[in-house]
Amino acid sequence: MSFDCSEHLHYKVLHLTGEVDLSNSSKVRQCLLDILNKGKSVIVDFSELIYIDSSGMATLVEGLNIAKKGGLTLTIAGANGAPMQVLELTRLNQVFTIVDAVSDIGE
Amino acid sequence: MSISDKDSTDKDITDQNSTDSDTLININHLSSAYGDRQVLNDINLSVEQGEILVIMGGSGSGKSTLLRNMLGLMQPSSGEILFEGKNICHVNKSEMLKLRRKMGVAFQGGALLSSLSVGDNIKLPLRQHTDLDENTINIMARLKLELMSLANFEDLMPSELSGGMLKRAGLARAVIMDPKILFFDEPSAGLDPVTSVELDQLILQLRTAMNMTIVVVTHELESAFTIADRIAVLFDGELVTTGTVDEIKNCTDERVINLINRTPREMKIDADKYLSRLTKGAS
Repeated sequence: MSFDCSEHLHYKVLHLTGEVDLSNSSKVRQCLLDILNKGKSVIVDFSELIYIDSSGMATLVEGLNIAKKGGLTLTIAGANGAPMQVLELTRLNQVFTIVDAVSDIGE
Repeated sequence: MSISDKDSTDKDITDQNSTDSDTLININHLSSAYGDRQVLNDINLSVEQGEILVIMGGSGSGKSTLLRNMLGLMQPSSGEILFEGKNICHVNKSEMLKLRRKMGVAFQGGALLSSLSVGDNIKLPLRQHTDLDENTINIMARLKLELMSLANFEDLMPSELSGGMLKRAGLARAVIMDPKILFFDEPSAGLDPVTSVELDQLILQLRTAMNMTIVVVTHELESAFTIADRIAVLFDGELVTTGTVDEIKNCTDERVINLINRTPREMKIDADKYLSRLTKGAS
């Protein structure tokens, strides 16, 4: 798993690549919380994500909760395949705002 | 910022030992006994990645013993069990612990600790085996409870749950760490037909969405035929056959036909031994 950050408009974009699981979700959590604590809204880019387990999903749920409390947003972009199925199985597809691609998000 | 995860993890260790095929478990010439009593005899069976394998057989056929061997809870008298290429019969305790983290087990009665709430039971593996933040652990447990339709039962004690709820809570705990493989012992036993069907659907969903390999031990035909990709039929400690649902339904082996038709077993006895047992101690 690897992840990196970029900017899109006034959003921070967290690109997740490969597999997020118990062995690395704490790093994703730290990065996500750092961004939100700086008052930035986040787009989490799933387009190169192959697998995300429930520790990864829990991290995003925690992030969404913090974002909402701070008047920020956390959006998922490019979810497909197994990660999308996990979102559907857990019904989190009804909780997160999900867009097809980062570029779909405007001002 | 860019972070790459190159830590040496359990996954790396076992991946080095993995076979290149899609086989997750390979059982070769496995025999197992309780003392002098032979329970499994020369079993050869594989479990493929992502499949639902149902181990089916009547009472006393050796299903549960096979499950215990696959979990490394019991040493076979001969043969081997390879998990991702690693012989679990010859690994040390610490290696076995690493392998077990990839296995989830849902026991027949749920096997929850009666002194802990449902929520704490489900969180237990995460608290014991990970250093995840408590917020993450709480959300993970609630996600699993939601999945099992137990959203409002986190604070209840196991004694306050029905049989079906206990089973679902046990399943929630079994999958809390998103195991690579889930072993489920008699999922439908003791459940009403509707709950049983719901549980079957849940097993199918877990496989699809979490790419989980699932081994189910059952004697419930309808459940087996609903969820199985392959069925392995055991009879008196021997593997009679393995095949798809259609292959099992069309199997011509009398033992399989009797199992499917629910024909009672004919008790064949050794007359001399029987008489000896009945008259034991008589002058």
